[in-house]
Amino acid sequence: MDNLANVQVFRIQVLAIIGSLALVLFILDLIRRRKLKEEFSILWLGMGLVFLVISLFRGLLDKFSILVGIGYPPAALFLILIVGLLIILVHFSVAISELKESNKKLAQQLGLLRQEIEEK
Amino acid sequence: MLPAHMKKIAIVPAYNEEKTVGAVLAGIKEFCRDFDILVVDDGSTDRTAEVAGTVPGARVVSLPFNLGIGGAVQTGFLYAQKHGYDLAVQVDADGQHKPAEVRLLLDPVLKDEADMVVGSRFMEKGGYRGRVWRRLGIKVFYLTNRLLLGEKITDSTSGFRAYNVKAISLLSRTYPDDYPEPEAVYILKRRGMRVLEVPVQMAGRQAGRSSIGFFGSMYYMVKVFLAIFVLFLRRQD
Repeated sequence: MDNLANVQVFRIQVLAIIGSLALVLFILDLIRRRKLKEEFSILWLGMGLVFLVISLFRGLLDKFSILVGIGYPPAALFLILIVGLLIILVHFSVAISELKESNKKLAQQLGLLRQEIEEK
Repeated sequence: MLPAHMKKIAIVPAYNEEKTVGAVLAGIKEFCRDFDILVVDDGSTDRTAEVAGTVPGARVVSLPFNLGIGGAVQTGFLYAQKHGYDLAVQVDADGQHKPAEVRLLLDPVLKDEADMVVGSRFMEKGGYRGRVWRRLGIKVFYLTNRLLLGEKITDSTSGFRAYNVKAISLLSRTYPDDYPEPEAVYILKRRGMRVLEVPVQMAGRQAGRSSIGFFGSMYYMVKVFLAIFVLFLRRQD
């Protein structure tokens, strides 16, 4: 019985390592193919690395849970995940707002220039 | 500078107003002979730009897509700034502002009593007063204005306005995207500029329907309050 539990823990650990590695590699490949700008990759890479570290060193999650006072260590995993995603989403909102502003300026300048050209 | 030597421009933001823009431009030409006219066609899908383009003397800036009233009006400010206008008035293309009353707005700017003048439909009785949610919102803004600015602005949502060169310059750099009118009052006051109201009469819509219903009004209020709140947090730059 004890043996079976150990095998299961080992399995999930291997899966977690593979998953985290896959995320990091996938992001790196997107940068390599110029599909993703470095600016937007940092947060994803950071999250991938955090998960990689957590899955490599099993005791870390327990220590972290005790530190912040979470009784059930897997819940700490969700906390880290959600906080990470929140940061990324806010970053997106900022990026979209910047895009909207530059988009507006472009449209205004285009309109003004077109009027100037057509008047001549 | 003598008022006669000032370069004046009428900015007419228009979004799908092909039915009314012609009459509005004719009115401006009749009552504001010394004004150049700039129509900002905000990505209209109807014939607004063509109709405006056939009016002699009216210049048309066509935006490639719809920016919303804020982006359109700001385009007018950018144009005025670029071409060295001393004075601008903003007149809606839907016909609710009366070109004959532009003079009322102009007067305090010419006398250098204000940097921006707002035409208010609530200072005197009569005329179109807007729908119930709009009126409620305007009341709330009025109380906010009194509390925060000590200023009695009775019709802060009115887009019938006159600006001097200082206001044009500031607003060409900073102007909100949507529901910009109440916020613009704060932007100017924050820079120590003078905002004045004069009574005008407004007509009801001649065509089309206001896009602002109940939820629109709620969003309008939340957005403006948020903007005002943040404006007071932001350091003056």
